[in-house]
Amino acid sequence: MINKQVRDMAEAMAGIQDSATVLVGGFGSVGQPDALIDGLIEQGAKDLTVVANNAGAGRVGLARLLELRRVRKIICSYPRSAGSVVFEELFRNHEIELEVVPQGTLAERLRAAGAGIPAFFTPTGYGTLLAKGKQTAEFEGKHCVLETALKGDVALVQAELADRWGNLTFRSSGRNFNPVMATAATMTIVQANKVVELGSIPPEAVITPGIYVNRVVHVPVDGAAQEKAA
Amino acid sequence: MNDVSFQALSRRQMAERMARDIPEGWYVNLGIGLPTLVADFVPPEREVIFHSENGLLGMGPAPAPDQADTWLINAGKQQVTLRPGGSFFHQADSFAIIRGGHLDLCVLGAFEVAENGDIANWATSAADNAPAVGGAMDLSAGAKQLWVLMEHTTKDGQPKLVERCSYPLTALGAVTRIYTNLAVIEVGPQGFTVLDMVPGLTLEALQAQTGAKLRLAA
Repeated sequence: MINKQVRDMAEAMAGIQDSATVLVGGFGSVGQPDALIDGLIEQGAKDLTVVANNAGAGRVGLARLLELRRVRKIICSYPRSAGSVVFEELFRNHEIELEVVPQGTLAERLRAAGAGIPAFFTPTGYGTLLAKGKQTAEFEGKHCVLETALKGDVALVQAELADRWGNLTFRSSGRNFNPVMATAATMTIVQANKVVELGSIPPEAVITPGIYVNRVVHVPVDGAAQEKAA
Repeated sequence: MNDVSFQALSRRQMAERMARDIPEGWYVNLGIGLPTLVADFVPPEREVIFHSENGLLGMGPAPAPDQADTWLINAGKQQVTLRPGGSFFHQADSFAIIRGGHLDLCVLGAFEVAENGDIANWATSAADNAPAVGGAMDLSAGAKQLWVLMEHTTKDGQPKLVERCSYPLTALGAVTRIYTNLAVIEVGPQGFTVLDMVPGLTLEALQAQTGAKLRLAA
């Protein structure tokens, strides 16, 4: 019997190596897998490359992982936002490397990784600083930039429902990067608000099919905690 | 401003002026900040469908305090609502909507717009400390129309409508229209063409606050 649900956080985090590339779902604090990030902090892997839309806020979750100097490089579209104090401090002191990627290019690089597309041309960013040094080409009169797939060793994903096969649904705007990142890593680890019986998620409602998922850990959403992190 | 015979628009009036020109049925993305205000001035009976980069179509206004939902946010990370008929999708689909040319209009703020349609709105210098681009480059490259909503000049009175942008570019040749506190200006092969001005303002007075040649619409 397939059962992707793991007993505890330690089992969920087992095997994550130093220097791994870790994809972290969420947009700001919404749909961010905070429990898994805390699990990663506990697990101890370091020298990480983190891919996330934002660079964390306050001193919890992603910001705490940064503050503990466990992240060598962050790849994101919008590192500087309300409360990104830890990132800004590390960046100022040259203690973290930053790669800024346009948000849609970030999403597409992840999608490409999951879909077996090694590189693609996009008009986004042509002629800007973010296209510097990149190959360009013209298609149907449109200037485009060559961007490469962005693959993770690990994806940390927050879902609303999961079953033992790893089928997932997402809550409201908490979907954001989660389903895309779930496809783009060698090891996809999910924290799910509810783990339900196999077959109880209507097939039409499954957003991420279980084939993309390796481990599921049950983490009930604490509404208050979500609000505090926002 | 030494000409006292006209009144520049307030930020809310600027948003209201632009909202007048958005027709029913358009799919529209409003950037963070001032552009977000535009939604407040589209009357509910005129169905305009708002998109947000984090994966929403059919976005509605901020929730009543007793109906706040921390899971439902817009790209500016403010709590919003979803109108009946609204939908959620993931980030790659959201930017396929943007890049694929499915949005009728995107509205952004800007530091500068050039007469060739170049826009600079994400970094104040090449050496910017941790610049944050978000979806601005994708939106500029992808929407059918890119309208800019901004003050006509900087706080020190320097023109923001210029011959060539001096700040790092967001996109080349992308802007189609500019709404400022003084005028509505089309950006086309001829450069800047004035479509509308606040009452009492002359073309000469507007030109004096603009860094590139203005023409009047025929």
